[in-house]
Amino acid sequence: MAATLEEIVDGLAEIVNEIAGIPVEDVQLDKSFTDDLDVDSLSMVEVVVAAEERFDVKIPDDDVKNLKTVGDAADYIAKHQAA
Amino acid sequence: MSKIKPSKGAPYARIMGVGGYRPTRIVPNEVILEKIDSSDEWIRSRSGIATRHWASPEETVAAMSIEASGKAIADAGISPGQIDAVVVSTVSHFKQTPAVATEIADKIGAGKPAAFDISAGCAGFGYGLTLAKGMVVEGSAEHVLVIGVERLSDLTDLEDRATAFLFGDGAGAVVVGPAKEPMIGPTVWGSEGDKSDTIKQTVPWDDYRDGTVEKFPAITQEGQAVFRWAVFEMAKVAQQALDAAGITSEDLDVFIPHQANMRIIDSMVKTLKLPDSVTVARDVETTGNTSAASIPLAMERLLATGQAKSGDTALVIGFGAGLVYAATVVTLP
Repeated sequence: MAATLEEIVDGLAEIVNEIAGIPVEDVQLDKSFTDDLDVDSLSMVEVVVAAEERFDVKIPDDDVKNLKTVGDAADYIAKHQAA
Repeated sequence: MSKIKPSKGAPYARIMGVGGYRPTRIVPNEVILEKIDSSDEWIRSRSGIATRHWASPEETVAAMSIEASGKAIADAGISPGQIDAVVVSTVSHFKQTPAVATEIADKIGAGKPAAFDISAGCAGFGYGLTLAKGMVVEGSAEHVLVIGVERLSDLTDLEDRATAFLFGDGAGAVVVGPAKEPMIGPTVWGSEGDKSDTIKQTVPWDDYRDGTVEKFPAITQEGQAVFRWAVFEMAKVAQQALDAAGITSEDLDVFIPHQANMRIIDSMVKTLKLPDSVTVARDVETTGNTSAASIPLAMERLLATGQAKSGDTALVIGFGAGLVYAATVVTLP
């Protein structure tokens, strides 16, 4: 069953916490990965790959650069995840 | 049809000796920062690189190779005249004809061995090693000198803040010879030409010659795409090489990945779930990315510093422009 937007954000928070050590409560929809959460371009790739596995979704390299905020990523996953 | 006598090779092959050459000039990040808007902290956090070696005009591809080869041959305990083939992997020898392997073979005193260059980017050492093993087992050579050598400083755009700090120069060489038991495992290798734009020379030489472009060609890459492929796809290839050799990561003593970037190395170790007991080559910190030379250079340093020892079981994996890759398990010389 597809995850809800809230579940996706919670999942992303856990992933970002594990990869970049950012407290889960800091991972909010409006936060920018690079500017607010200190997730650099390479860590972002690790976040994306972990999110792909967790939410059964494919996020091609070309789309990764458009995922600026946690909200962008959550919306992308919600839209593309397997039903 | 006449009967043709079959060739007779050794039952197995091994790496008998290793040698390296690092150019005299050590270049810290401060020098790189003279031409790009960045910081030492940024470079270190993105790449783990603190210093690299850049070759002088005298430290040519051939000169560095000759130095590394002399050490590898001495380490193998043979004489140069016993070398039957010289395989050189490089992408930065600007005089493409004749192959630089022939000059190296002559200058080291190897006589008249087979000698040729190959182009397989950062996987070049693994490609050369696989060819050498094939020659020794098939019987066309008893001892093969495999050299990875680069002067990547010649192909670096010093004004590109994404790559200016990455590359270094140097040469690494091994001697491959006969063995009584398997000491070089099956190679897992391949190419993904659909990703040929991911790492590449910016423009062909003739575009520069014809004045179509003003900037001399340099190596460029799509950082995120390379990182994803290197960490996650190459971890699968590394695992396949372990499986092909019939061992698990618990049996491994040493991991020598191509020294592309510390972040790639660290993430590969994590993805492969390598036990803490495995020594990991992190030569990139002081050598930068030397493409085909990186694995033998890292191997030599691990052995020289006592971090690894002769007889250790090591997984080596090279990956880079092509995209191409080659992974195999070897017993260290």
